[in-house]
Amino acid sequence: MKKNVGIVIVSHSPEVAKGTADMVRQMVGAEVPLAWCGGNPAGGLGTSVEAIGNAIAAAWSERGVAIMVDMGGAETNSEMAIEMLAPPKRAKVVVCNAPIVEGSVMAATESSGGASLDQVRHAAEELYMR
Amino acid sequence: MKNPLDDRGNASLSGNGSARVVASAFLSHEGGLHARPAIKVSQFAKRFQSRVWLGLSEEGPWIDAKSVARVIAMKAPSRIRLFFAAEGDDASDAVDGLVEMVASDFRNGSTRAR
Repeated sequence: MKKNVGIVIVSHSPEVAKGTADMVRQMVGAEVPLAWCGGNPAGGLGTSVEAIGNAIAAAWSERGVAIMVDMGGAETNSEMAIEMLAPPKRAKVVVCNAPIVEGSVMAATESSGGASLDQVRHAAEELYMR
Repeated sequence: MKNPLDDRGNASLSGNGSARVVASAFLSHEGGLHARPAIKVSQFAKRFQSRVWLGLSEEGPWIDAKSVARVIAMKAPSRIRLFFAAEGDDASDAVDGLVEMVASDFRNGSTRAR
């Protein structure tokens, strides 16, 4: 069983999502389950519920998964992907209200220390709550 | 029992008799405590049960060293002295490790064994 909360990065741009994931890996390390997705199935900018679902599965941890999004459809499609999960899993996935790059790095740093899903979300949102 | 310290750690002794440990190290790291070293500081601090704080002077104000967002937001510049404080059973180990991390210019990083 993975002991750390997983992080999923969802951007309209695959380059932004991959670049953010690279920053997390290089700055925080490899002990956090991590997956990213971005772009629509036609190869343009956008997000896909199916790709988000696959990313949640790839980063799955029994401790939960925190999703970091950029804007608009990334958030609504992430919420739809969560709705499509079986109820026991659904309760362990949250979308964080934070800038995608900074939030991903801070959430992963918190997760790397074994923090709970609530603590991970709080770390991502801490400086940006309005 | 509630810890008598406030959230910013601004007290010299706690009520249960465990003294605060404070020590400092010179920050020579180019660019100061930017994102990567800040992450290493907070990852290391989180390994300890003790509460751990970081400040720019011996009198504080102190920030929670386990909060990566607050450590980054501190924007500590290069060539200053960083102060670490901790309270709890493993306070000395936490402060010693953080001082060593800064003094060694983060060469051992977050992989340093506790």
